[in-house]
Amino acid sequence: MSESNEPEILFGVYCPPHPQPLLSPDANAGYAKLRAAFDECRRRIEESDADIILVYSTTWASIIGHQIQALENAVWTHVDDDFHYLGSMPYEFAIDTEFAHAMKENSEKRGLEARTVEYEGFPLDTGSVVALQLLNPDNRIPSCILSSNMYSNRAETIVLGKAVRDTLAQQGKKAVVVVVSSLSNRMFTEHIDPAEDRIHSQKDDDWNRKILEFFGDGRLEDLSQLSRDIHGQIRVQKVVAYKPAWWLAATMGQHNNYDGEVLAYEALHGSGGAVITLTPASGSVGDKEFDEDDVEFYRGDRNVLDRGMLE
Amino acid sequence: MAKGQIVAGCLAPHPPHLVYADNPPQNEAYSEGGWETLRWGYQRLARKLKNIEYDAIVIFTPHWQTYIGTHFLGLPQFKSKSVDPVFPNLFRYNYDLTVDVDLAQAMHDEAHAEGIITKMMTNPDFRVDYGTITSCHLLNPEWDKPIVTISSNRNTHYYSPEVMVEQATALGRACAKAIEESGKRVVLVASHSLSHRHFVEEAPLPEDMSREHIYNHSQYVWDMKIINMMREGKSREVIDIMPEFTEQTMAETEGGGLIWMLGAMGYPEFSAEIYGYQSVIGTGNVIACWDPNDETREYVL
Repeated sequence: MSESNEPEILFGVYCPPHPQPLLSPDANAGYAKLRAAFDECRRRIEESDADIILVYSTTWASIIGHQIQALENAVWTHVDDDFHYLGSMPYEFAIDTEFAHAMKENSEKRGLEARTVEYEGFPLDTGSVVALQLLNPDNRIPSCILSSNMYSNRAETIVLGKAVRDTLAQQGKKAVVVVVSSLSNRMFTEHIDPAEDRIHSQKDDDWNRKILEFFGDGRLEDLSQLSRDIHGQIRVQKVVAYKPAWWLAATMGQHNNYDGEVLAYEALHGSGGAVITLTPASGSVGDKEFDEDDVEFYRGDRNVLDRGMLE
Repeated sequence: MAKGQIVAGCLAPHPPHLVYADNPPQNEAYSEGGWETLRWGYQRLARKLKNIEYDAIVIFTPHWQTYIGTHFLGLPQFKSKSVDPVFPNLFRYNYDLTVDVDLAQAMHDEAHAEGIITKMMTNPDFRVDYGTITSCHLLNPEWDKPIVTISSNRNTHYYSPEVMVEQATALGRACAKAIEESGKRVVLVASHSLSHRHFVEEAPLPEDMSREHIYNHSQYVWDMKIINMMREGKSREVIDIMPEFTEQTMAETEGGGLIWMLGAMGYPEFSAEIYGYQSVIGTGNVIACWDPNDETREYVL
């Protein structure tokens, strides 16, 4: 545990759920770039001092509260509902059960409905399988997976992130946190030649690139604040809200003080797939348009607009 | 060869709770019962189907969700364990089922010819969804008929409920044509609930019926409106009102199953047989059957 009793989150990863980077990376130059970006993240994780990889997957939908994977050795062969023709995904993941059970307790302490799932043959989702296969193929580091409750909204998702912080701090574990989610998530509704894959529309591409600017600048909390706009503009309305930025921001500390790096941004059957890292930084607090000097104590307006561009 | 025909169309909801409550040997979880109104209704409908001569069950499921067209199971056998991703505590079912691949291919080809995006699913590791397994288990616990599973192409979310009506109806017409040309007698199954807002908490004993009720009264009123229209033989009107019903009650009709089935049956004007209505973790579920045979059609409830 860190001296301040704050959790140690080494860095965050944002990555797409689609299976192409795992199953058909050579079918398209973009898929290969995404695969290379996954590989780079894997290398960084291996070189880090992480005790756990924690995954929040938008393709694992839950209804009864928040589900937490707790089967010590999760083994199965997964096949994607749409992309079954690309092949099967056999997996074997080592789950940090101690973290899973404590996460359930800490979620409940914060008022959330939560439960662990610990069943042989439980159907892990495509996003979790792709992420863990590519980021942690040899199970060097134990992992845990959290579901995305289909009814939960901002307050609940943010509290879930805080329960993660409680648990990491409590157990003194250094974590890499992974969000599995597309940016724009509209796919082509017909089968395409992978070589001709592209972002579904110019609007989706424009929004994706704006989001990537924010990520690149480390403005995670600002992205969290923009979640509802993002959901309305470039997300197919399958669930009530675009939650991954809420969860990632809450888990990583609800500020904009990160070094962001966009390792790849490519189309995945029309959707926006990006591999991004966010590493906690120091020294940039309060120098971004909507950033605050201190989120705990009000020190007055910073007069951002008065300072102007020439100062 | 005689023309094939649809011998029955069933609206068959798939809460895994119903299989859990039945305690079949295939399911690992154990219960003390529960949801008898639906389970007894299913048992009566299963007995009716036993007295109908048919070759295959064709089931449209919202829990095989495809965004790139409509997919069909395309291998003759699937054997594995289905674990419900939402209720794994209730449903861990070991299945061994056969598929009428010829019929699946015929429906695929007919739909493709009509301009519908289609795909045959031929990966042997594919796990059949729990909607298919639950509805088929409850309608035919012996599993002595081959099935065809059709995926739910997510038109409601991608476009609108109105587009879903158009697409699922076109798919229904294509499937009906393929069935007719196959010479087979087929039971159609739309596997889904009506209103579909769940509670996000579960009773410590899931089958504790003192805790079970509809999520809100609005859902109940809407469900009753739809069921009454079914009783009155107003299937065309049911489809016409479907977009509003789906939006107002988060109804699982969004998956397109009932639209597909009634479209395939040519919007029957005879009364649907109603076998039971009950909530399951807040959702509204009716078991109904459209029997095109005037001599065997019953007034059940």
